Amino acid sequence: MKKDKEAEKLYKQLETVAKYKNCYLNPDKEFVMGIAQGLLVNQKKYGYMSCPCRLASGDGKRDLDIICPCAYMLPDVKDFGMCYCALYVSKDVIGGRIKVHSIPERRPNSKKKLS
Amino acid sequence: MALNNRLKHVAGKDVGEVIVYALSTCQWCKKTKELLKSLKIEYDYIDVDLLSKTEEHELHELFKHMNVDMNFPVIVVNDKDVIVGFQEDKIRKLSK
Repeated sequence: MKKDKEAEKLYKQLETVAKYKNCYLNPDKEFVMGIAQGLLVNQKKYGYMSCPCRLASGDGKRDLDIICPCAYMLPDVKDFGMCYCALYVSKDVIGGRIKVHSIPERRPNSKKKLS
Repeated sequence: MALNNRLKHVAGKDVGEVIVYALSTCQWCKKTKELLKSLKIEYDYIDVDLLSKTEEHELHELFKHMNVDMNFPVIVVNDKDVIVGFQEDKIRKLSK
């Protein structure tokens, strides 16, 4: 129950981030709540909200580009209509012109945990 | 291989050896597992973010050998075919 409350609180924060970044939250709330739970898990594990769809190193400096909203979010929303996790989406997704889907990874391999 | 001990099994129809490499926090990984389950496909999975450093290194070597990047989910079928990301059409084809 506490987990749900935390995720609900985070959902509201994510809504604010979306507004600030001129994009939208994925309209599938259940999906977004799952991402919020993942972000909270990573916050507890690493001390920062690294992207739940990527393997973090645990080194904050190295993971800086994948702390949500990640460094690839805006270009991905622009090019594909959604970020890698499909947390943040474009107006085209809201309007039904683009269907939410899994997009290619933009993060260079050199930045990943083991490379 | 130590990694084999970390495989979790989901019972279903045998369509070959299906292994899902996933992250426990990732919604696309969750969707992948759910779709396989709804298609009643037998599979094994590993949540990579829950592995030890040694196991993770072992996985990295395995992926390097297979020329697969550490992007999840990764589905490996019969040690040769690889599906990266939640690709619904390709996953559905596994049941045919």
